[in-house]
Amino acid sequence: MSKPSFVYVTYIRSTPDKVWQALTDPAITERYWYGFRVAANGRAGEYMTAIDPDGKEVHRDVILVSDPPRRLAYAWRPLYDEFKDERPSRVTIDIAPVKDQVRLTVTHDDFDEGSVVLGKITEGWPSVLSSLKSYLETGRALSTPVWSSASEAEVSA
Amino acid sequence: MTNNGKFKPTTVYVTYIAATPEKVWQALTDPAFTAQYFFGRTIEIEPKVGGSFLMRMPDGRVDMKGEVIEWSPPRRLATTWTIDWNADMRQLPPCLVSYDIEQAGDSVKLTLTESYSWDVPEALLSGGRAGWPAILSSLKSVLETGKPLAVKMEPPKEMMAALQQVVASKPWAKS
Repeated sequence: MSKPSFVYVTYIRSTPDKVWQALTDPAITERYWYGFRVAANGRAGEYMTAIDPDGKEVHRDVILVSDPPRRLAYAWRPLYDEFKDERPSRVTIDIAPVKDQVRLTVTHDDFDEGSVVLGKITEGWPSVLSSLKSYLETGRALSTPVWSSASEAEVSA
Repeated sequence: MTNNGKFKPTTVYVTYIAATPEKVWQALTDPAFTAQYFFGRTIEIEPKVGGSFLMRMPDGRVDMKGEVIEWSPPRRLATTWTIDWNADMRQLPPCLVSYDIEQAGDSVKLTLTESYSWDVPEALLSGGRAGWPAILSSLKSVLETGKPLAVKMEPPKEMMAALQQVVASKPWAKS
């Protein structure tokens, strides 16, 4: 049996430098990450910061690998109450040039069996990375994150 | 009518597209669109349940073919698939490929699901797992920018090796 993990690949017409910047610069993440400011420009061993649209710190992630513009890896530790019982998981982002495009691979793994976080990130990453691709290719991000439509569904149910 | 229940999902890919469900449906079913983003393949599909379906390569050969299992524009399209370009592939039981299209805010959530009726080895899935992200990334680019991506891809070696093994042992024939 393989361990529980999530892998998502997308191709973006952009350069590795622009994709790297978009993943690490909070002024850019704010544009496509549905208002979240993610600062990941530190070195291995340093903390990243992730601030939600209300200004609240929502993650305490430690950078494991920072190899711009090729690989960023970090220990993913959300501060939300619903995830507080789980140990940190691991995110590895690989950026590879393919002609005038970039193949972006997000591998999110090191989960325990039955992880609740795994279910959430399996929904969340496609929403964020689709918006990133739209932003880099068209200048316009997507507007509705999957977690927002999910909460609307809960309210109306 | 094929019994969908016996097919188990093995590969799922989700992408969100700034488009309408109708435009996404058109991109999936119109050969002028598929030729742009599906490695040059043109779709030929009868718009009804039980209708025929195939994807033709730029040189005219048939890449894969099957039957329409669900035709519900603009929400759900499902077809069986038999890969036709390779004699070993033709021996495999058909898989089921479905697209679900849902409104998500002011964009569209497109979910691709590849399902099998038998216990398919992981290595045999590597072709789809490499191909779908390229195909659906390009589809998104076509709809949002008018311009496809250009990703070249060969069938993975591990898939071709696994194919020879399963064709020799035919695990789907064992109950």
